[in-house]
Amino acid sequence: MSGWLSNFMNVPAKYIHFNSWLQISVSNLIVILIMLALFAAAILLPFPGSHSKSNSHRGDK
Amino acid sequence: MSIQNTENTSTETPAPEDSAHEDSISENSQMWTARLRNMWQRNLPIDKLLPDTQPAYVSSWIYVFGVLTIAAFVDILISGLILAFAGPAWYHTSSLGLFVNSLHFWGVQLFFVFMVVHLWGKFWMAAWRGRRTATWITGMVAFLASIGTAFTGYLIQTNFDAQWIAFEAKDGFNAVGIGAFFTPTNIGQIMLIHVALLPLVLGAITVMHVLLVRKHGVVPPMDALPEIEA
Repeated sequence: MSGWLSNFMNVPAKYIHFNSWLQISVSNLIVILIMLALFAAAILLPFPGSHSKSNSHRGDK
Repeated sequence: MSIQNTENTSTETPAPEDSAHEDSISENSQMWTARLRNMWQRNLPIDKLLPDTQPAYVSSWIYVFGVLTIAAFVDILISGLILAFAGPAWYHTSSLGLFVNSLHFWGVQLFFVFMVVHLWGKFWMAAWRGRRTATWITGMVAFLASIGTAFTGYLIQTNFDAQWIAFEAKDGFNAVGIGAFFTPTNIGQIMLIHVALLPLVLGAITVMHVLLVRKHGVVPPMDALPEIEA
């Protein structure tokens, strides 16, 4: 591994401290932010062809 | 020399009354195979098992993350099989081995990202509604089994990171009293658990989870009415 990715990944983790009660590594924070962004996008973005008619419905709710 | 077979080898189609008689026997049979088959047909007929249409509300990106998780799981299984057969001397040294090793590792990262988004989506739409409790519970058990599988995977990286994780975990397991049975520093035990036991457990739970989704259907949004079809 070389370049900026190596500089980012092949070093001890960087930690962010919030006051004295919470600390989180930058890597974990990035993963959590990606998951939140994916969740928001999955809710908000329209699904291709979602206006097309479906002729089936499961009724066992 | 020719041998004449005098036994009845007829392959003629049985008469309709014979077929009906066999069906009757089959339905009333107390054989465990018949009971299992009847139970399966009652609970999960083939049109539910392999549907070709889905309700309109499934046309949303939030419903995609379950199958994305399974796709990542398949990637992990295939790359893991290759790693297991080729061995660490290959995947730690050759370029192709490092690539497959990376496929396995990053597949796990995607697996967890997709599964967490899937979990959030199902949690906020209360996916245990409508007799789907077992579906929800098998999903949660799959999540816990995945954490165990990933943990044992990190332990067998055979690097300093694995050593650090193993010795931190050892203290934790000793503190809760299971250190005598589960030893993170025992690489043979951890390797077998990771490669043989946990993938089977996780695979079985996943199959059960998917079958339950097929049986009860995909959970509708909170405000969906049963009569509405878009």
